[in-house]
Amino acid sequence: MTVTVPATAVPVCDYDALVPDLGVAALVGDTQVAVFRLDDGSVHAVQNLCPFSGASVMSRGITGSRGDEPTIASPIYKQVFSLITGECLVSMDKQPVAGGPDLAVFPVVLDNGQVMINLAGGE
Amino acid sequence: MTGTAQIVVVGGGMVAHRFVEALRARDADGRYAVTVLAEEPRAPYDRVALTSYFTGRDPEDLALGDPELWADPLVRLERDAKVVEIDREAHTVTDVHGVTYPYDHLVMATGSYAWTPPTEGADLPGVFVYRTIDDVAALRIYVEQRRKDLGRPVRGAVIGGGLLGLEAAGALQELGAHSTVIQFTDRLMNLQVDEGGGQALTRLIEKLGVSVKCNTATQAIKPDKTGRVGRLTFADKGEQLADVVVFATGVRPRDELGREAGLPIGERGGIVVDDTCLTEDPHVSAIGEVACIQGACIGLIAPGNTMAEIAVDRLLGGTSTFPGADTAAKLKLLGVDVASFGDAFATTPGALELTYADPVAGVYKKLVVTDDARTLLGGILVGDASAYASLRPLVGSELGGDPAGWLLPEGAIERPNVELPDEANICSCNNVSAGAIRGAVNEDGCTDLAGVKACTKAGTSCGSCLPLVKKLVGAELEKSGIEVSNAMCEHFEFSRAQLFDAIRVSELRTFSEIIERFGTGRGCDLCKPAVGSILASLYNEHVLAADRAALQDTNDRVMANMQKDGTYSVVPRVPGGEIKPEHLILIGEIAKEFDLYTKITGGQRIDMFGARLDQLPSIWTRLVDAGMESGHAYGKSLRTVKSCVGSDWCRYGVQDSVGMAIALEMRYRGLRSPHKIKLGVSGCARECAEARGKDVGVIATDKGWNVYVGGNGGFTPKHAQLLVEDVDDATVFQVIDRYLMFYIRTADRLQRTAPWQEEYEGGLDAIREVVIGDSLGICADLDAHMARHVDTYEDEWKAVLNDPKRLAQFTSFVNAPDEADPSLAYVEQRGQRRPATPAERAGGAVLIAPATLEVRS
Repeated sequence: MTVTVPATAVPVCDYDALVPDLGVAALVGDTQVAVFRLDDGSVHAVQNLCPFSGASVMSRGITGSRGDEPTIASPIYKQVFSLITGECLVSMDKQPVAGGPDLAVFPVVLDNGQVMINLAGGE
Repeated sequence: MTGTAQIVVVGGGMVAHRFVEALRARDADGRYAVTVLAEEPRAPYDRVALTSYFTGRDPEDLALGDPELWADPLVRLERDAKVVEIDREAHTVTDVHGVTYPYDHLVMATGSYAWTPPTEGADLPGVFVYRTIDDVAALRIYVEQRRKDLGRPVRGAVIGGGLLGLEAAGALQELGAHSTVIQFTDRLMNLQVDEGGGQALTRLIEKLGVSVKCNTATQAIKPDKTGRVGRLTFADKGEQLADVVVFATGVRPRDELGREAGLPIGERGGIVVDDTCLTEDPHVSAIGEVACIQGACIGLIAPGNTMAEIAVDRLLGGTSTFPGADTAAKLKLLGVDVASFGDAFATTPGALELTYADPVAGVYKKLVVTDDARTLLGGILVGDASAYASLRPLVGSELGGDPAGWLLPEGAIERPNVELPDEANICSCNNVSAGAIRGAVNEDGCTDLAGVKACTKAGTSCGSCLPLVKKLVGAELEKSGIEVSNAMCEHFEFSRAQLFDAIRVSELRTFSEIIERFGTGRGCDLCKPAVGSILASLYNEHVLAADRAALQDTNDRVMANMQKDGTYSVVPRVPGGEIKPEHLILIGEIAKEFDLYTKITGGQRIDMFGARLDQLPSIWTRLVDAGMESGHAYGKSLRTVKSCVGSDWCRYGVQDSVGMAIALEMRYRGLRSPHKIKLGVSGCARECAEARGKDVGVIATDKGWNVYVGGNGGFTPKHAQLLVEDVDDATVFQVIDRYLMFYIRTADRLQRTAPWQEEYEGGLDAIREVVIGDSLGICADLDAHMARHVDTYEDEWKAVLNDPKRLAQFTSFVNAPDEADPSLAYVEQRGQRRPATPAERAGGAVLIAPATLEVRS
């Protein structure tokens, strides 16, 4: 299968450099992005900024699942978010410090062993 | 009613406390203000636990309830305010200082005094009674002084072999005195136990080094040549040398104020009250030991509390009446269990007695049943009272099945499973019935033990009924279709303890294998760290080994404590709080170089805040090179062992507390557990290390060490409880090894030792049986497990610094490793930096921008 790489997508690292279930942070322009390779091989990217603490830490959270939905938990106050939609699934009875409770999700494309992130495709 | 009515309580004991507590809990509209006039110079304290003053040695430990009660604006406590006169016409009382207090309602709660039979020599120096903190404090000072003067152990004699007498004998033993109990009647505790029970009790008590003389009447106390107590003479012409004498010959109601005020007094003393605790005067109630209710004064705390509750209920317009006293009692005297309940002496016509006695084990048990052997009437348990909590509420109910199940040692025959009747009294301290507990579940929607405790107060005083309350709650939830789920999360249906066993037995070592075999899905932030912790507890392998890194919470993953802005704090280990000057200097140098905020922690070490992820390896290289190691401040594991300076320097220290603390910290460092573990070691009974606020507290004694377990600070502070006394170093290690390993294996996720210990079936006594008596036969296994931990310990940080693959995790950005997190911002405060607040960021007041990264060599 061939994939079309959008012109706005930026390479951040080799796919092989990602350890399953261990997130990394990447700097795309001025935006911090948290990138996860799951044990099924899929790669997901969300904003690194945790909405509930204001700290850039999502890459250091624990991956998991709620039902069939792959998730990421914030390491600060343990809110749980969907890695597919960015929706906050568990708020731990807290309010976000600014803006909404959900995470921005960015499309990820694999090209020639490279992980490419397309900020323009973000919701 | 207009305005606030004034209640005056005369007396400041336990029942007065309960009255005020109940009044403030129930009088939500503030109809009443209450003034407590206490004779003693202190707030009400737990007189039942008086003997613990010799082990805990801190009057604060005896405090009752929440001290905030006395700060309530509607509550006034006057200490050292003995009332000398009541004027029932003027509605006033006057205290010894001449201060007059008006009342709308008066509550007499003056309690009892220790009665001593008229005996020659009873006024000699060295003769004591056993009733107040001042009594026991004076006794302690006298015994300690006499030991110094005499240069040998002090000989003590206790006159009276009842409950209080045995308490006093225990206190004398605790003080290092040899004690003899002199009992007028034919057996110890003749009010609670029968002949067989008395014999078993005597054997058990004598085994502990206390001599017992029954059928002995004391005639006189004779002085020695210094004019102090020297010996006792008996009616049978016998004699006994004694340096100190304690009278424990019973109590009498302090009814003199009532007498003088013209209130009716009972035949054998006590202010006469009706079933609502009201005296002849509708403006005066009497509660507790001073009240003569249903024809008698009752010297037990549970009925006293009931009276306090009734008096409050009546003042608030309620209709409750005194149900009759439950004289059931369960005690631990000198470490010996004694319980007596219901018709213990089989006075019911036709009653049958079933007895079981094992003189070798020192156990005597008796059940009293109806003539058809079906309905329980009462019983006596000596040496093993474990069945008490289950049996006492069954009084008046059918036992179901073979009553022998209750008599034989646990496990010999299966005990019948009986449904307790709703009216069965489960918590006698707070008078909570089985029905009330069921109601809390079914009507008030409580779904766990903590909720039921808060709702009903069951188990909140002495706690002995908690296992039973837990059982009832579980059964009730199950009945109402609410599944009692021990499941850790949606991925594992097991509790942590079950999962621990499953992983141990299956010998699986990776998360993927474990979740495939025992769970579903991919795991989550609850079960992954739990499995990571279990694997670390079992095999002591590196937290970042194999697929472990992804299981760990961020703190364990990078071996530092994440702070609110996503940077970390760094804490090197400072074993026992002992630190060399060069290490202090090194920490200072690192903090200056990396501009880290420094603070001394509560665990006697130094925390450096504000280190970025990418800075951690450079910081740790410096620390490890200088011989420091990870302090595991980030782990659910041993944190610190706090110590006082101990006998090396301190004028009062009796043991080397620092040496012991270092040995313990080196032994348990890196031990992963369900929650953090803190230890403390104090070099003498002054307890400067606050060891009883720790999971394990070790406190020096003249003879060795006392080990306390299950304490913590935090949200619900708890003092640790005594596990073993006067043991040597090797035994300290052995019992702590086993206690911690047993906790690690059986506690719930994130459950600290205090609630674990409280909820473990049988409580600390049962845990002591496991770790000392080896009742489960697992001690050798626990010992081996801990030995493996000690042998395989390695410093986590040193290991990571030697592994380039794991070091790669400590990178700011995968695509820009030299860029620091640009979102960090700080302001200066008191000469150091702290994270900027959102307002400071928005206002542009941010002063310190993150430095650019120096390239790691």
